[in-house]
Amino acid sequence: MKNTSQWVEIGAVDDLIPGTGAAVRIQGKQIAVFRTDDGLFALDNRDPFSDANVLSRGLTGDIAGRLVVASPVYKQHFCLRTGECLEDDQHKVQSYPVDIRDGRVFVSASEEV
Amino acid sequence: MSKRQLLVIGNGMVGQRFLEELVDLEHDFQVTVFCEESRPAYDRVQLSAWFSGATAEDLALGSVEFFEQHGIRFLCDEAVVSIDRDARVATGSKGSSFPYDVLVLATGSYPFVPPIAGSDRDACHVYRTIEDLEAIRASAASSRRGVVIGGGLLGLEAAKALKDLGLDTHVVEFAPRLMAVQLDATGGEMLRSKISALGVTVHTGKATQRIEDGSKHRHRLVFAEDELETDLVLFSAGIRPRDQLARDCGIEVGERGGVVVDDQCRTSDPAIFAIGEVALWQNRTYGLVAPGYDMARKLAAQLCGDTGALFTGADMSTKLKLLGVEVGSIGMAQGGAPDYRVCAIEDASSGVYKKLVLSEDGKRLLGAVLVGDTSDYDTLLQYTLNALDLPESPISLIAPASGDKPMLGVDALPATAQICSCNNVSKGDICGAISAGCTTIGALKKDTRASSTCGGCATLVKQVLDAELKTQGIEINNDLCEHFAYTRQGLYHLVRVNSIRSFAELLTLYGRGKGCEICKPAVASILASCWNDYVLDPRHVGLQDTNDNFLANLQKDGSYSVVPRVPGGEITPDKLLVLAQVAQKYDLYTKITGGQRIDLFGARVDQLPAIWRDLVDAGFESGHAYGKSLRTVKSCVGSSWCRYGVQDSVSMAIYIEERYRGLRSPHKLKMAVSGCTRECAEAQSKDVGIIATEQGWNLYVCGNGGMRPRHAELFASDLDDQTLIRYIDRFLMFYIQTADRLQRTSVWRDNLEGGLAYLQDVVINDSLGIADELEVQMQSVIDTYVCEWKRTIEDPEALKRFRPFLNDDQPDEQIIYVRERGQKRPARADEKLEKSADVLLETV
Ligand code: SRM
Ligand SMILES: Cc1cc2nc3c(=O)[nH]c(=O)nc-3n(C[C@H](O)[C@H](O)[C@H](O)COP(=O)(O)OP(=O)(O)OC[C@H]3O[C@@H](n4cnc5c(N)ncnc54)[C@H](O)[C@@H]3O)c2cc1C
Ligand code: SF4
Ligand code: FES
Repeated sequence: MKNTSQWVEIGAVDDLIPGTGAAVRIQGKQIAVFRTDDGLFALDNRDPFSDANVLSRGLTGDIAGRLVVASPVYKQHFCLRTGECLEDDQHKVQSYPVDIRDGRVFVSASEEV
Repeated sequence: MSKRQLLVIGNGMVGQRFLEELVDLEHDFQVTVFCEESRPAYDRVQLSAWFSGATAEDLALGSVEFFEQHGIRFLCDEAVVSIDRDARVATGSKGSSFPYDVLVLATGSYPFVPPIAGSDRDACHVYRTIEDLEAIRASAASSRRGVVIGGGLLGLEAAKALKDLGLDTHVVEFAPRLMAVQLDATGGEMLRSKISALGVTVHTGKATQRIEDGSKHRHRLVFAEDELETDLVLFSAGIRPRDQLARDCGIEVGERGGVVVDDQCRTSDPAIFAIGEVALWQNRTYGLVAPGYDMARKLAAQLCGDTGALFTGADMSTKLKLLGVEVGSIGMAQGGAPDYRVCAIEDASSGVYKKLVLSEDGKRLLGAVLVGDTSDYDTLLQYTLNALDLPESPISLIAPASGDKPMLGVDALPATAQICSCNNVSKGDICGAISAGCTTIGALKKDTRASSTCGGCATLVKQVLDAELKTQGIEINNDLCEHFAYTRQGLYHLVRVNSIRSFAELLTLYGRGKGCEICKPAVASILASCWNDYVLDPRHVGLQDTNDNFLANLQKDGSYSVVPRVPGGEITPDKLLVLAQVAQKYDLYTKITGGQRIDLFGARVDQLPAIWRDLVDAGFESGHAYGKSLRTVKSCVGSSWCRYGVQDSVSMAIYIEERYRGLRSPHKLKMAVSGCTRECAEAQSKDVGIIATEQGWNLYVCGNGGMRPRHAELFASDLDDQTLIRYIDRFLMFYIQTADRLQRTSVWRDNLEGGLAYLQDVVINDSLGIADELEVQMQSVIDTYVCEWKRTIEDPEALKRFRPFLNDDQPDEQIIYVRERGQKRPARADEKLEKSADVLLETV
C-alpha cells in the first residue's frame, strides 16, 4: 500500500511568484508546482508532446472555466487539477496533492490525485 | 456524328473566361484555342503586380491542366493568320488549316503607338504583355529617367511602375488634362497636383513630334515649343482593337476599328462571333474586362441554346488608385444627359474633389467624379446602378465625413443590386452563396467569383457578408480571446487612456476569468509598448511566454538559445573572440543566423545568468531574439567600403537598431539598410526597409519574408536623416497602436482600409493630427530603454527564477547531447534511450 503521508517540503510559498510555476525535484521525479489565485497545484514537469521538462515554465490561466497551464513548447493545455490535456485525451500528465503549512509548501509525490 | 468544331482565337482574359463559362455548361463542341502568346491566359488587370514580385504563375488564369481536363485543344505560340469564310477554314501561323462550324474572335487590342519619327528606337516600350514588362525592366536597369506618353488610366499605372523601378518619372499628355476620358477639368487638375506632389512630373497639352538622340539622356522628345530628354519611353496612348483578321476576310468593322457585333455578339458573318476588347457594340468598344466577361458569359450561354442571353451594354464606372491617389468615375461623369444638374465640393488643401451629376429633378444620380477620396464610391455607384431615390440633399452624400452622413447600408440594396461588376455578381448571388455555406471571403470568392478580378468591390462584398451573417444569426467575433471582448487595438486604447499598468487591473476592469496564453502575452506586450516597464517585474512576469520570461528562446529539448545584439551586423574581432570564448566555456552550439548575428544554442535555464554575465561584461546587450520586438537591422557594407555605395548604410543601421532596440510590438519587427539600389541588405523584404539614394534615403515599409513573402512598398523618397527617423517613429507607433495581436506589418497593411495612401497620409501629412503624439510616445520608449539582461543579472530576486529546481541545484539530467560536426546537438529519442541506458549501467 502506498504511504499517503509522504509529504515533502519544497520551499516557502513566497519562493513561488504569483501566477507562475517552478520546477521541483522529489525523489528524482521532476514536478511542476504552480501558484495561482486559486491555490497551489502540482503536475508532472514533463510535457508529453515535446518530451522536454518544461511545463513549470508554461503560462497559467483558464479555458472555459478550467484552470490550465499551456505548454510553452506547442501550447497544449493541461488541467491544473487533474492533469488532463484539453486537446488530446490520450495525453494526460500526473497531478499531485499540494499543501501549505505555516507558509511552507508540501507536495506528495507518491500519491496521485 | 462528329462534334461541331469551335475555334476560339485568342487566349486572353476574355477568351479564357469564355472557355470557363462554356465548360460549366452542357456543350457539344470540339474546342480548339489559338494562343499567340507563349503562355496561357493571365491576369492583365493585375499586370503591374509583376513589378512588385508577382510571377507569371501568380498571374496565370489558364493552365495546361485546365485544357487537358476539359478536352480542349490548346495551341500555344500559334496565331491564326487568315480566315476563309466560304470554306469555313482558319489557317494557323504554323501552316495548318482548321475547319470550323463556329468561330469566336477574342483577339483583344494592341497598344497604339503614335506615328512619331523615332518611336521605334531602343528603350521605347508599350505596356500590355509580360514580355513588354520584361523588356521595360531590362531597359530601366540602364536608365535614370523614364517618360510615359499618355496620361490616361493605363499611362498613370505605367508611371507608377517606372517610379517603382527607381526612375525619375514624367508623364506627357496630349490633352490639357490627365485622364481626360474619365475626369472633368477640375478633377483632372486636382489629380495632376496630387501626382506632381508624389514626384512624378506631369506635362499636359504637349504633342511629341519626334524622338531623337539626347545629349544627357538616351533620347530627346521634341515638342512644339520645347523638349525633354529621357532614357526610356513608354507609349500608353490608347489601344486599338485587333481586328485585322476580320478586315482581311471582309467582316464588317467600325470606322475607327472594332469588329461590329449585335446583342448576340455575332459579327456580320453569322458563323463568327467577337467578344472582349475587339468587339464593337453599338458603335463602342470597351477597354475594361468586365464588359468582356459579360459578353463571354452571354455568348457561352447562347451557344448552348439560351437564345435569351444578350449583351446589353456595360457600366464603365471605375475606381482606382493611381500612384497612390484614389480616383473614381461613375456613369455620366461628364454630364451628357440633355438636362442635368451638378453639385460638387472641392477642397484644395486636402486635395479632394467630388462631383455629382444629377437628373434634372434631382432625384437620381447619373454620374460622379471623385478625386483624392473614393470612400463614397460604393454608395454612389449603387445609387446610379439601381436608380435609387436620392436623399433630400444629395450633397450630404459627398460632404466630408460627419456623424450624420446618410449611409446607404447594404441592407438598403435590392437583391438585384450588382456588387461585383467585373464578374456580374449581385447581392442576391452573394446571399445565396452564404446560405449555401460560404461564410468567409475566400469561400465566396471561389464560389461566386465576386472580388476575384480587380478587387475593387472587396469592401462591399465584406459588408454584404457581415450583414448577411448577422441576419442569419452567425456572429462575427473579433474578440481577443474568451477573457476580453475587445480587439488588441481596443485594449491598447484602454491601457493608454486609463493609464492601466498591470494585467490584473485590466482584467478586473474590462475582462473576465483568469486570462490565458493568448491574452496574457498580448497585454504584456501592450503594457511594454506603453510604459516600457521591466518585463520580469513581478507584476508582469507571469504574463510572459517562456521566451520573454527567461529572456531567451526555448528550444525543442527545453534548453534555450542566446542571441546577443550585433547592431547592423558589425562586430569587432575582439567581440567575436568573446562570443567564441563564451561558446567554448559553456559548450554551446554556434550558428550564424539568418539575421546577421550569432546564436548560441543549448544553454540550460540555470546557465543563462552566468552566460549573460560574461556577455554583458564584454559589452554585449540582449538581442531580443525572444521578444515580439525589434530583431535585427540588417545592413550591407555601404559607402565606407563598397565602390557603389552612396550612403553610409552601416552607420544608419546601427543608429536605427540602437534607437528601436527593446521596442515591444504586436509582432516581431525586422529592418534593413542598403547602401545603394543593388539592395544587398534585402531591405525590401523587411517591415522597415531603407535604401540609400544619391539624395538621401528611400523608405520602404511593410515587407515580409517568412511564410507569405511580401515586397515592401516605397513609402517616401529621398528623405534626409531626420525626416527618415521621424517617419519611422510615427509608422512604428501607429502600427503598435492599431495592429492585431501577432500581426506583422505586412498583414496589418493588407488589412488597413485606405491602404498605403492612407498610411502615407497619417504618417507624412499627419491627417489624423496624431503625429506629435506618436513621436512623443516613441521617444519615451527610447528614453526608458535598459538592457533587460543587464538589469536581470543585477537583480537577485529575478535571478531566483533561473534556479533549475526550487529545492535542488542539480541541473535537468534529461537534457542530453550528442556531437556532430564538432559541436553538440540535442539527442534524438532513440539516441536518448541508448544514452540513458549507458548512464544507468554506469550507476548500477
Ligand atoms: C535563429 C533563426 C534561424 C537561423 O538559424 O538563422 C530563426 C529561428 C526561429 N525563427 Fe525565424 N529565425 C531566424 C531568422 C528568420 C528570418 C530571416 C531574417 O530575419 O532575415 C525570417 C524571414 C524574415 C521575416 O521574418 O520576414 C524568419 C521567419 C520566421 C517566422 C515567419 C514570420 C512570418 O511573418 O511569416 C517565424 C514564425 C513566427 O514568428 O510566427 C519564425 C520563428 C522562429 C523561431 C522563433 C521558431 C520557434 O518558435 O522556435 C525560431 C527560434 C529562434 C531561436 O531559438 O533563437 N521565424 N526567421 C534566425 C534568427 C535571426 C536573428 O538573428 O534574430
Ligand atoms: C496594364 C493593364 C492594366 C489594366 N487594368 C485594368 C483594370 O484595372 N480594369 C479593367 O477592367 N481592365 C484593365 N485592363 C484591360 C484588360 O486587361 C482588358 O480589358 C482585357 O484583358 C481584355 O481581354 P481580351 O481577352 O479582350 O484581350 P486580351 O487580354 O488582350 O487577349 C487577347 C489575346 O488574343 C491574342 N491574339 C490576338 N490576335 C490573335 C491571333 N490572330 N491568333 C491568336 N491569338 C491572338 C493576343 O495575343 C492576346 O493574348 C488593363 C490592361 C492593361 C494592359
Ligand atoms: S525555418 Fe523553421 S526550423 Fe528553421 S529556424 Fe526558422 S522556424 Fe526554425
Ligand atoms: S468589381 Fe472587380 S472584382 Fe469585383
